[in-house]
Amino acid sequence: MSGSLTSVAYIGATILFILSLGGLSNPESSRRGNVYGMIGMAIAVLATVLGPRVSVSGLGWIAAALVIGGAIGVYLARTVQMTQMPELVAFMHSLVGLVAVVVGYASFIDPTASHGMTSAEETIHRVEVYLGVLIGAVTLSGSVIAFGKLSGRIGGKPLLLPARHWLNLVLVVVMVVLGYKFLAADSIDVGLTPLIAMTVIALLFGMHLVMAIGGADMPVVVSMLNSYSGWAAAATGFMLSNDLLIVTGALVGSSGAILSYIMCRAMNRQFLSVIAGGFGGGVSGPAAKAAGAAAPAGEVVAVSAVETAELLKEAGSVIIVPGYGMAVAQAQHTVYEITKLLREKGKNVRFAIHPVAGRMPGHMNVLLAEAKVPYDIVMEMDEINEDFPETGVAMVIGANDIVNPSAEDDPTSPIAGMPVLQVWKAQTTIVMKRSMASGYAGVDNPLFYKENNRMLFGDAKKMLEEVLAALRA
Amino acid sequence: MPQVIGVPREIFPGEKRVATVPDVVEKLLKLGFSVTVQSGAGEAATIGDDAYRAAGATIVPDAASLWAAADIIFKVRAPSRDEVNLVREGQTLVSFFWPAQNPELLQLLAAKMATVLAMDSVPRMSRAQKLDALSSMANIGGYRAVIEAAHEFGRFFTGQITAAGKVPPAKVFIIGAGVAGLAAIGAASGLGAIVRANDTRPEVGDQIKSLGGEFIPVNYVEEGSGVGGYAKVMSEGFQKAQREVFAQQAKEVDIIITTALIPGKPAPKLITAEMVQSMKPGSVIVDMAAEQGGNCELTEPGKVVVKHGVTIIGYTDLPSRLPRQASNLYATNLWRLTEELCKAKDGRYVVNMDDDVIRGTTVVKEGVVTWPPPAPKLSAAPPAAAAAKAAVKPAGSEKKGHGHGGGEPMSVGTTALVFGVAAVLFALVGLYAPPAFLGHFTVFVLACFVGYQVVWNVTPSLHTPLMSVTNAISSIIIIGALVQIAPPAIAAMAGESARPDEVIRWLAVVGIALTAVNMFGGFAVTRRMLSMFRK
Repeated sequence: MSGSLTSVAYIGATILFILSLGGLSNPESSRRGNVYGMIGMAIAVLATVLGPRVSVSGLGWIAAALVIGGAIGVYLARTVQMTQMPELVAFMHSLVGLVAVVVGYASFIDPTASHGMTSAEETIHRVEVYLGVLIGAVTLSGSVIAFGKLSGRIGGKPLLLPARHWLNLVLVVVMVVLGYKFLAADSIDVGLTPLIAMTVIALLFGMHLVMAIGGADMPVVVSMLNSYSGWAAAATGFMLSNDLLIVTGALVGSSGAILSYIMCRAMNRQFLSVIAGGFGGGVSGPAAKAAGAAAPAGEVVAVSAVETAELLKEAGSVIIVPGYGMAVAQAQHTVYEITKLLREKGKNVRFAIHPVAGRMPGHMNVLLAEAKVPYDIVMEMDEINEDFPETGVAMVIGANDIVNPSAEDDPTSPIAGMPVLQVWKAQTTIVMKRSMASGYAGVDNPLFYKENNRMLFGDAKKMLEEVLAALRA
Repeated sequence: MPQVIGVPREIFPGEKRVATVPDVVEKLLKLGFSVTVQSGAGEAATIGDDAYRAAGATIVPDAASLWAAADIIFKVRAPSRDEVNLVREGQTLVSFFWPAQNPELLQLLAAKMATVLAMDSVPRMSRAQKLDALSSMANIGGYRAVIEAAHEFGRFFTGQITAAGKVPPAKVFIIGAGVAGLAAIGAASGLGAIVRANDTRPEVGDQIKSLGGEFIPVNYVEEGSGVGGYAKVMSEGFQKAQREVFAQQAKEVDIIITTALIPGKPAPKLITAEMVQSMKPGSVIVDMAAEQGGNCELTEPGKVVVKHGVTIIGYTDLPSRLPRQASNLYATNLWRLTEELCKAKDGRYVVNMDDDVIRGTTVVKEGVVTWPPPAPKLSAAPPAAAAAKAAVKPAGSEKKGHGHGGGEPMSVGTTALVFGVAAVLFALVGLYAPPAFLGHFTVFVLACFVGYQVVWNVTPSLHTPLMSVTNAISSIIIIGALVQIAPPAIAAMAGESARPDEVIRWLAVVGIALTAVNMFGGFAVTRRMLSMFRK
């Protein structure tokens, strides 16, 4: 295959990737979108392997590596639980980061890569290598930490070192200095030392960045890492002068950036401070509680599963608000059983999804889809917020901050201004929770003390099963 | 010295509501204000002076002394000329005002150096819902419309089988499912009627069903939601299709209740004389839009008329016909507004023009006309159906559709800054970068823009699949490893070290294997997820 043919194939692959993302605009076209992505990837790989830059002697190696890696990948995809999706995604981001590092090193120690370049070109090439390795390393270690936090191997509490912003700044300055040394190096061996030093620092930087972020901010972190992995691919593309890599990296990068932006809006946080890893100051820290709002007064009314079932039976319409608690308890199937039963009784049952419910963007939608909940009764916050006043029962399953009225009522609250689901406007709300503990933001929730609120304490899955049994009785 | 809230007796003929009730007086006192009520203000709403006195209000005998004593006046109807004469400089008036229809009144009050808060101008934002008096009144009006119809209608609403024969249920058709329409649907189905309803906004279908009504759509594709969740004027083709639906319904139903209003425009004529003629004798039409000219051609505002055997009710004072309820809700709306005006709860109100809600409500501020307000920063209700149509819309409007708020235009300053920084960066790149780099750079920048446009179209429910598919696609980095595994040999130049083939190959093999995990795993898991999304 000639060089031109390879280039044309790359253009085709690029278009297929764009169509693939475009297909996700609605669930019907999304499946086709995924197929476009696969075809695009197959074309890109084949065109490269058969193209002029790979000689025949490498084919065996490539095939072997693809088979081994592919088998592992398919196995993971088949066996992963839908509740574990955030972990899987974080894990995969770390792989992209690792590969960016590996490819960067390989490109650097390969004298033929910079063969015949002018000195300006060579400088640029070095900058690209340096950046590719840097972004890759940050993505790698950040994703590993995110993976650890999401899978519960590392505690969800943010690690707040003193003067951590200064620490970050120092790390960045050191990396810039090392970069200067790296560019000035006149041989590969001399350049390798600063490159390795920088990689270590970038790894620490990525770790520190994600360690400082608490569990409930994970949707932002995961989408941010998604973005970083895209930029890593784009930097690699510059390094290898490969437009397909640049385009794809940029697509993935901007996709992740937009997702993080959407998540930030949903939590009323500053986009820039998140990108800089600067959040956790004020709002997310447990310190917020000390400064926090006055504890709401009033009585908490606890109900049993049977009473909950009665309330549901009497209501004309029900809105279910799922949160991370539902994911943890893996209660989505029971939720759907209840939904089905209520719908058979002629009730209007819908789901209200807050943009940051769960641990990654769209997490709840995937869980509900797994439980076979039809997507046309699953509503976004903006679609359904107006409907709460006409709703009989709003059932909150394992969510807290996203239904906290003080975000709207109390300007001194740490979460003031964050858009929330106005469940308290429904005739009755039922909140399922394990205990009265405050949510991740450390803010007490006045919802629990409202007159029309009932609390159902216990593990979400166990309680819902009891509710289901009572409904069937 | 606390500021005084004054509540005069309404002087508009037939107006039975009053702007505060005893329960709310107590709440206003808690905010630190003192409350003065004109003697007899609550009479028509069956609230005696003693009840106000018991709640802690001061009673004054006449309007003149009330207007003289009060710092802030709570009223229901817009002030009459006589009342305007009583307004003092610096006084604040809160009432329904209809500034668009009453420009002269607006000027008169501005000349008096007064401040006017119009309860009909409360912006439609979620935060302002609790003081949305239009909705509370519409709710009452919708209920009362059904009661009036039942009163004029010579039969039961509910179907019955009795010893004296079978009674068919009444069929009610409600046009416009806003607050009033929905209240009417609820009231009519509560009485046992078969309720059908139509609205130009398809997304209200579910709300109609939730109240026990049947949604009768107009089968003509056009989005009917205007700004702020109100309806808008529809196209000619749509109107024709709509008339056919209404004509059909007119033949079948016993009662028609129309609630169709378009902000700032005369009410659309939806029920023609022929349609009235085609209705069964004894049928009833309640035209809730009578004040704005009526939805029915034969409506006479303020009156009940019988045309072609059909009773047409054109009352313009439906909320006032339930005076106790209407006064309660309106008083609560005013109390909520007072809370917004007096955040410190110290009995002194502040008209804070930086607050979006207060800004929208205020039509005259200390003698300056501030109506109409600038467009609110947040659009109230993004159309629910927009998500489904997302794919075909340009990205710009789409952002609004999903309600992420990303659709607001940046301020001029921010835009200038962004463009400035971009220009400097581009200039630097242009000065120092070699041409080969620029080609790639162009591709990179354009790809970022394409990504930006495409990704805004992704529906939020698919954000997880989006992440896993972009993750799979970022396996394209495999190309980096592929080209390193065994490149065609280049003759090494003198002085250059030989290529460490073995090391690079192993690095590349590891890279390929890792990306393969990602590539196959990512696509497979996306596929698994997407196959689960079902209707």
